[in-house]
Amino acid sequence: MANNILEVRHLKKYFKTSHGMLHAVDDISFDLQAGKTLGLVGESGCGKSTTGRSILRLIEPTSGQIFFEGKDITALSKSQMRHMRKDMQIIFQDPFSSLDPKKTINQIIAEPIRVNRILTDKHQIENRVLELMETVGLAERLINSYPHELDGGRRQRIGIARALAMQPKLIVCDEPVSALDVSIQAQILNLLKELQEKMQLTYIFITHDLSVVNHFSDYIAVMYLGSIVEKAPAEELFGNPIHPYTRALLSAIPVPDLSHKRQRISLKGEITSPINLPDECRFANRCFECQENCRKGIPQLVEVSPDHYVACFQRGV
Amino acid sequence: MSEETTNNLILDIENLVVRYETEDGIVRALNGIDLQLGYRQTIGLVGETGAGKTTAALAMLRLVPDPPGVVECDKLMIGGRDILNLPAAKMDEVRGKDISMIFQDPMSALNPVFTVGEQIAESLQIHEQLDKKTSMERAKEMLEMVGIPGARANEYPHQFSGGMKQRVVIAIALACNPKLLIADEPTTALDVTIQAQVLELMNRLKEQYDTSMIMITHDLGIVAEVCDTVAVMYAGKIVEQGTLEDVFNHTLHPYTEGLFNSLPNIKNRTAMLKPIRGLMPDPTDLPAGCAFAPRCDYATEECKRRKPQLKQVGPTHKFACLAYEQEGFHIKRGNR
Repeated sequence: MANNILEVRHLKKYFKTSHGMLHAVDDISFDLQAGKTLGLVGESGCGKSTTGRSILRLIEPTSGQIFFEGKDITALSKSQMRHMRKDMQIIFQDPFSSLDPKKTINQIIAEPIRVNRILTDKHQIENRVLELMETVGLAERLINSYPHELDGGRRQRIGIARALAMQPKLIVCDEPVSALDVSIQAQILNLLKELQEKMQLTYIFITHDLSVVNHFSDYIAVMYLGSIVEKAPAEELFGNPIHPYTRALLSAIPVPDLSHKRQRISLKGEITSPINLPDECRFANRCFECQENCRKGIPQLVEVSPDHYVACFQRGV
Repeated sequence: MSEETTNNLILDIENLVVRYETEDGIVRALNGIDLQLGYRQTIGLVGETGAGKTTAALAMLRLVPDPPGVVECDKLMIGGRDILNLPAAKMDEVRGKDISMIFQDPMSALNPVFTVGEQIAESLQIHEQLDKKTSMERAKEMLEMVGIPGARANEYPHQFSGGMKQRVVIAIALACNPKLLIADEPTTALDVTIQAQVLELMNRLKEQYDTSMIMITHDLGIVAEVCDTVAVMYAGKIVEQGTLEDVFNHTLHPYTEGLFNSLPNIKNRTAMLKPIRGLMPDPTDLPAGCAFAPRCDYATEECKRRKPQLKQVGPTHKFACLAYEQEGFHIKRGNR
């Protein structure tokens, strides 16, 4: 499609460990249109954060291609990549450890502006910092505060302001609200949504919280052990989940509504080790619909209905 | 309360106050809560960080660090026993035997240098005077019960995954068949599918062992799944309390409403979230009137001046809000 801001092709990231090859991200491909949000969901260890970081080349992919606005960024040199990152920013999960405790808010937000020489004049930089603080809803009086003086919600706002300083087109949000209380979480989600509309931002929204991802995303990709097992528009995925793992995952969400009746699908066991994976469906060991042919190869994503992709030997027809 | 009704309660607390007297001022963590829990009942304590949920649990176990902590209470009875005036040595007999606690983080609740079997056996040796061999046998049975092969009793915590470690912690907590189990965010550190397994396990064991439970959580979804009643806490006070039906379907307190509105609705994905504005008040400097007034959309001048008291509105439903003193007042969520 013409307006894809991001196209990821066969992205792989393996880590060498003393026990063998760890398949953190194992051959994933997806497209993302400008101004849209892709939610990457899955449980710990499924490779969602590694995917987010590989896309920005904060960790170098083992193989595969990443096209940002049509340009293959895996072929760029380090300095070219640094330039490219102005358009691609990241917001981290933990606003407690991602901010330098010795710097004031002013210094933290100004740093990317100074380093990238967007502005050089001191007053201009300070004005820009104040403007960014206003955008994310931080009071002007906090400009000389240190991170430890602020609560989690405000710290996350600093993280967002810092990401916005470069006027990026794509922001990878890695669990941006997981460390926050629900009332604060809602404030930050609303802020991210407003900013998206105002600045035409594209988001990759990484989370383990399915109700948040449903609320926030246009498309959702469900990951399991380094692979995407199902990918669809958010409404379709929640309304008509097909992959056994997706169905189990959705049925496991505790719903704060007494009238909600559900058939819970309990999964046996836990996620298996991503080291030296055999050539079979990654989910086979925990799957309640597993058949003999599931052990005979790795299922590929198949389009089962328009825009709805599933990787399952039993369901992907 | 008559003698008979008291005996039907596993937990009976009146006017529990906890404050920490620090150099920077007095932190008012818990500002007078009453809590009654019947046998085999599960109550959910819900609230955000700083609401006083964990402090309440620690006070029940007499684990509030002193100094700087000061605990005051008119009544603190567990299983008909006065916990408040129990000497420290006696308290050791109560903890782990009558009351057990499951902590949020299974990674730090287990001792890394002992096998999981030894850690389960330890409480059996202390409280039930079992010898080493018998207690290890029992430890293996406990492991089987929480879904871990007994043969793994000789392994160390680092050899288990997060969900398995939490199962071990549950096995330790239930080893001596406690009357009251306090679970402090037991599944917050776990993935959803594992969370579902652990909640299912707790529900099953609770029935099997006739245990009463206090479930501390910030997740109203979990409350809906495991609790009989729920108490919503804010700034060290209970602001609304009742059965699930009372609190979920006939919500009265504006803060409870705010909590529900902050949650993404799984059935209506495009609905805008309605967060509660502002932040939790500073516990060293609580507002003079209702602690929630500065963030409340319904707050009146009166709310800023006077502290609301818990008021009974139905056989099981209580709430503390002054806005209802106005004729015909109701919140938007209303009856559902």
